[in-house]
Amino acid sequence: MALHFKNRQIVVPGDLLAEGAYKPGDGTFREGNRIYSSVVGLAEVKGKIVQVVAFEGAYTPKAGDVVIGKVVDVKMTSWRIDIKSPYQAIMHPVNVFERRLDPLKDDLRRYFDVGDTLVAKIMSFDRTRAPLLTTKERGLGKLQGGYLVKMLPTKIPRLIGRRGSMINMIKKETGCQIIIGQNGIVWVSGKSFEDEERVIKAIRQIEREAHTSGLTDRVRDLIHK
Amino acid sequence: MEEIQGNSQIRLLTEDNLRLDGRKLDELRPIKLEVGVLSRADGSAYIEQGKSKILAAVYGPRELHPRHLAQPDEALLQCIYRMATFSVDERKSPAPSRRETELSKVITESLAPAVFLKYFPRASIDVYIQVIQADGGTRCSSITAASLALADAGIPLRDLVAACAAGKIDGKIALDLSDIEDKNGQADLPVAIMPRKKLTTLLQMDGFMTKEEFIEAYELAVKGCQKIYEMQREVLIQKYINIQDEVSEESSEQNRGG
Repeated sequence: MALHFKNRQIVVPGDLLAEGAYKPGDGTFREGNRIYSSVVGLAEVKGKIVQVVAFEGAYTPKAGDVVIGKVVDVKMTSWRIDIKSPYQAIMHPVNVFERRLDPLKDDLRRYFDVGDTLVAKIMSFDRTRAPLLTTKERGLGKLQGGYLVKMLPTKIPRLIGRRGSMINMIKKETGCQIIIGQNGIVWVSGKSFEDEERVIKAIRQIEREAHTSGLTDRVRDLIHK
Repeated sequence: MEEIQGNSQIRLLTEDNLRLDGRKLDELRPIKLEVGVLSRADGSAYIEQGKSKILAAVYGPRELHPRHLAQPDEALLQCIYRMATFSVDERKSPAPSRRETELSKVITESLAPAVFLKYFPRASIDVYIQVIQADGGTRCSSITAASLALADAGIPLRDLVAACAAGKIDGKIALDLSDIEDKNGQADLPVAIMPRKKLTTLLQMDGFMTKEEFIEAYELAVKGCQKIYEMQREVLIQKYINIQDEVSEESSEQNRGG
């Protein structure tokens, strides 16, 4: 039983991480009793689990995630929504309205049309079927106004910070409303363009420097500059 | 013997076994690697190997179009190798050539074993390789760059893929042939390996070699691949170390100022 890395060391695909009684976590794979890294990222060990926090990567839908997406197609009884992942999401009216919808009388376009931006929650996803979305909770639904900022989905946890420390700081310092989609799309709306621009700059810095320490303080400095 | 020597009119080696560009027989051309050179692509890499210059860009995993190509159990890896019209001495026709289509297939097949395609059923991973300047060994350089671009895109890999050719010039086994050595030599042997377990993912040969020469050339190519692999690792890690260094420099400056 041995670890072959220092905590938070940068590793690349194929690097040997651990041998023996460890368990492979995200960003790793097992061959025999050895665990290797499968991505470029920071290696960590949590108890018995060895994992690599990837620097880059596409968004893989996960049930329970709040995402921001764009309506790309309206069918008779469903919406197709692009959530910037390899799999297009589907949303059915039962997961939007309390009442039943009559597809002969009701036109789905009256509620969400092609091009509309939505905040929605992923109900289920298992790689064999398209992810299903719902807007049946508080704070979910159509977005109006504001800015959409795209960032790497792998850096979203850093934007939120430990128990929301980073994002709460940004909200407080700039007075902007911010909604984070786990798929790497962030909606920003503030009183003035300057406020919004400060948030966007902060997001860009977090994206670039996510793997460094003392980031919250540097972002605060940037906002006040 | 006359026949095996081929129609080589150009002498490729000096008396003391130095090559036209001054290299020793077992020496690689100077290699420059870069990752993250394109901001629009999910991952990208650039390689200069001697006079060859190649860009690789990765998109995906993303939705696959046309849909009927989708595989229910794994992602589809599609590499497209293209040469710029100005990449060679005589203008290359911009239409995709038979050779480009073939190299696209060969490169796809040499990268596929390294990618966890099963993680993304029905999706596609697209690799676009653009040869900006060609000077021999472009299929190997392309594989080296494409594997870096895949890693840069955050696509899960079993290992990086490093590629390098060996060959026979003026009857001697040499590493990493340039264009003129390839065309006037007796044999060319491109090899790609996944260095961790030394698995070969590409092995082609044209020309003439004896069994002993083949083994010697193969082993030399594998050694070259391992050197290239070290450079690949280095450049992937360095991208993030550079940002760390920049940040710590900035903060130490601020501390001095404050």
